Amino acid sequence: MSSAILEAERMEQTIAAPPANLLTAGPLTRETSDGLAPLQAKAWERFESIPMPLRTNEEWRFSNLKRINLSVYTQPVALDQAAAESLVARSKGLEKAAGRLVFGNDELLSNELFSESLRQKGVIWLPLEQAATEHPELFSKYFMREEAILGGQKFAALHQSQVRAGTFLYVPRGVEIELPVESFHWLHGAGGSCFPHTLIVAEEMSKVTVVDYFQSDSEDSEGFACGMNDLWLGAGANVTYVCAQKWSSKALAFQINSTVVGRDARAVALNLNLGASLARTESVSRLRGQGGRSDMLAVSVADETQELDQRTFQIHEVRNTSSDLLYKNSLDDTARTIFAGLIRVDPGAHQTDAYQKVRNLLLSDESEANSAPGLEIEADDVRCTHGATTGQIDAEEFFYLLSRGIQPKEARKLIVHGFLQEVLDRLGHAAIAELLSEMVHAKFDAKAR
Amino acid sequence: MSTETVEQFDIDRSVGDFSYPEKHQFDAGVGLTRDTVNYIADVKGEPEWIREFRLRALDVFQKKPMPTNWASKDLEAINFDKIRYYLANGQKATRSWDEVPEDVKRTFERLGIPEQERKFLAGVEAQFDSEAVYSNIKKAVGDQGVIFVGSTDGLMNHPEIFRKWFGKVIPTGDNKFSALNSAVFSGGSFIYVPPGVKVKHPLQAYFRINAENFGQFERTLIIADEGSEVMYMEGCTAPKFETATLHSAVVELVAMKGAKIQYVTVQNWSANVFNLVTKRAIAHEEAEVKWIDCNIGSRLTMKYPGVVLKGRKARGEVISIALASDGQHQDTGAKMVHAADDTTSNIVSKSISVGTGRSTYRGLVHMPKHLKGCKNNTECDALLISPTSRTDTYPAITVRGTGNAAQHEASVSQISAEQIFYMQQRGLTEAQAMSLSVNGFVNDLVRQFPMEYSVELKRLIDMEMEGSVG
Repeated sequence: MSSAILEAERMEQTIAAPPANLLTAGPLTRETSDGLAPLQAKAWERFESIPMPLRTNEEWRFSNLKRINLSVYTQPVALDQAAAESLVARSKGLEKAAGRLVFGNDELLSNELFSESLRQKGVIWLPLEQAATEHPELFSKYFMREEAILGGQKFAALHQSQVRAGTFLYVPRGVEIELPVESFHWLHGAGGSCFPHTLIVAEEMSKVTVVDYFQSDSEDSEGFACGMNDLWLGAGANVTYVCAQKWSSKALAFQINSTVVGRDARAVALNLNLGASLARTESVSRLRGQGGRSDMLAVSVADETQELDQRTFQIHEVRNTSSDLLYKNSLDDTARTIFAGLIRVDPGAHQTDAYQKVRNLLLSDESEANSAPGLEIEADDVRCTHGATTGQIDAEEFFYLLSRGIQPKEARKLIVHGFLQEVLDRLGHAAIAELLSEMVHAKFDAKAR
Repeated sequence: MSTETVEQFDIDRSVGDFSYPEKHQFDAGVGLTRDTVNYIADVKGEPEWIREFRLRALDVFQKKPMPTNWASKDLEAINFDKIRYYLANGQKATRSWDEVPEDVKRTFERLGIPEQERKFLAGVEAQFDSEAVYSNIKKAVGDQGVIFVGSTDGLMNHPEIFRKWFGKVIPTGDNKFSALNSAVFSGGSFIYVPPGVKVKHPLQAYFRINAENFGQFERTLIIADEGSEVMYMEGCTAPKFETATLHSAVVELVAMKGAKIQYVTVQNWSANVFNLVTKRAIAHEEAEVKWIDCNIGSRLTMKYPGVVLKGRKARGEVISIALASDGQHQDTGAKMVHAADDTTSNIVSKSISVGTGRSTYRGLVHMPKHLKGCKNNTECDALLISPTSRTDTYPAITVRGTGNAAQHEASVSQISAEQIFYMQQRGLTEAQAMSLSVNGFVNDLVRQFPMEYSVELKRLIDMEMEGSVG
């Protein structure tokens, strides 16, 4: 798509009516030729019929529901030319990538494919909206086919009724994409919303790495992000997915992740949570083919009044599958984190090997970590373990660093980084791990100033 | 495989599967209304404040919904209108063994609560149906100033001691079943141990249900005054009946400064009993409370013994063993609420699921305020014996502040095939090998039980394992 067309589209939108309030907006109005339209009308009905979650819902235990008020947000706001250009310029990811999409307030701003040869191999890499229209069969086979089951049903319905931005990536059998594919989603201005979606279908023996970056244009603009991703791994496929979230400190963010792992396939997913006033992620891994393996990783750095709420579900549907979850949280000021995870082994899913670990590092007296790691096991030939620890900086480690002449502030930072680094290293991708590590550093440095 | 488990199970159960003609002098009828509650208060000759306490509790019970939003849907099978809430075989607890009716004695003999054990035990408070029919406190204990009486006796004759804490550790509105108990309670033990007194022998109470459709709602309150020590043991068996029976007890413990309380339970209700029990302790400064909880019987048990660590350096501990056989659901766990600096808690839970049995661990650890030096350690291990067995773990841990630490670990596994093979190669049968392996799994916890309980437990595991392999 040439930038001239993009510009023309933007011009049209700027003269359109002001964006509607989210709660009364109705489905994102689409032309009937659009693959998303029929789904969105139904999704809106669902959104309206599902009640808001209550404190008494087990899936929302510990959550501070008072902080969720959708009525203050509007549908995505159109961007002006200058804002769009600045966001594209600020979309800096990895040095080397196979392709890069940039969205601002759900609008496609830039679309760059660096390796034309991939298209020749049959890789389909498109903005979501376009894929729905151009590849309706493929799209409807995989788009949101797994229901949200961790309490976010209402928000999943809202997402479906409003979605248009995002990445559709289809990797055919045997194709390996060497470099990561990136997409950027920006929230711009105040009071708006965005609904990023990432749909990855990795066919048999294919391999791909995808990185999503979620950011706000300014540190203190309010906004609402409600994203989802669908990962589908065919037999022997290998998918690494990273979602790095740095919304503004006033944003409200939901992210619902679904991964379906086929036979002998391997999924690695990592969430980096830095921003948002309240961010809730719901991640479900379904081990559906024998020999499948899913690694679920997360690094969360919570400070000020942030609340980071993470819910996970490892579902072993068939025998001989494995999953390994490692979530680490560092908490400062009056921040709260919630981790509620469940490992489920279905009847007959023998030889399951499942692991789940959450570790909280408390840096202040007012921070609060809630952990609820759970197991539901209905097969006997299994190995399932989970652990949850909450503690603080080890006094001896700290003293050791001070004795080497390191300032207390720096020492603290070093220890926290060491604590979090273990998760980043598990990605097995040095360049991405380094980038994420820099983002973590940046958050600490910004705080120090 | 599973049918054989049932057979074995039935053989085991038949030991307690008998019943004598019912001759209840007081019977509140079936169902629960204000009349039922008034009737209980009248029959017991209770003062007005207890009657009011009961009636208030009834209102709370009727208002509270069933906790099925998190608990088993099986609770809906309880029909509160078909339960008898009160009956007693006489008003006064009998004092000596000779005065105990002959058929009651026979019941105890079948259960293996023999006279010869009396010399070993400090006192036996035997509950037959809802009133204590037999109570014999060893003279030495009484001489030390220890009060060991039934709930009604305690509230009416020693209100200055018991009223202060009654319903304070577990308020009526804590949950639906604590409200139910507060409305219709009868039986149970009220114990007061004076400052500095160390009760050498464990105090014991045996409970037994002997009327079909009759719920047992005993109420226990133990107060250990400053620097005292006491161990209380509670064991249950029940004859087998066709329709569901409800058991819903409330147990409150108060450990004053420096006191130590150990509360041991071996629960072996028959497989049609709903066992919904609320147990909680308050531990003051430097006090120690230890719950040792073993659940073998019942259809559904829901029980999460807790300790509120209220004073500095208080310590709480829960040791839990659960054995869930065919058709059973053992939903057990622990609660530790840290409410003072330097408090420590430890939870060790081991469960075994056999056949279609389901065991659940539910835990809560709370370190909510600006506390320093609080520590919790939780370990949950589950063993699955059959392909149809199920186990769940649902801990919830909240920690605030840099002065505290909590760690939780849980694992689920099955018996190592290599171990079984090794033992079979040495000449053991598969059942023997399984039994040995399972006993090894719980051994470190069983050792903490009083001797006679650990022997009984080992025998029960042996029998379960014999039935589960083949």
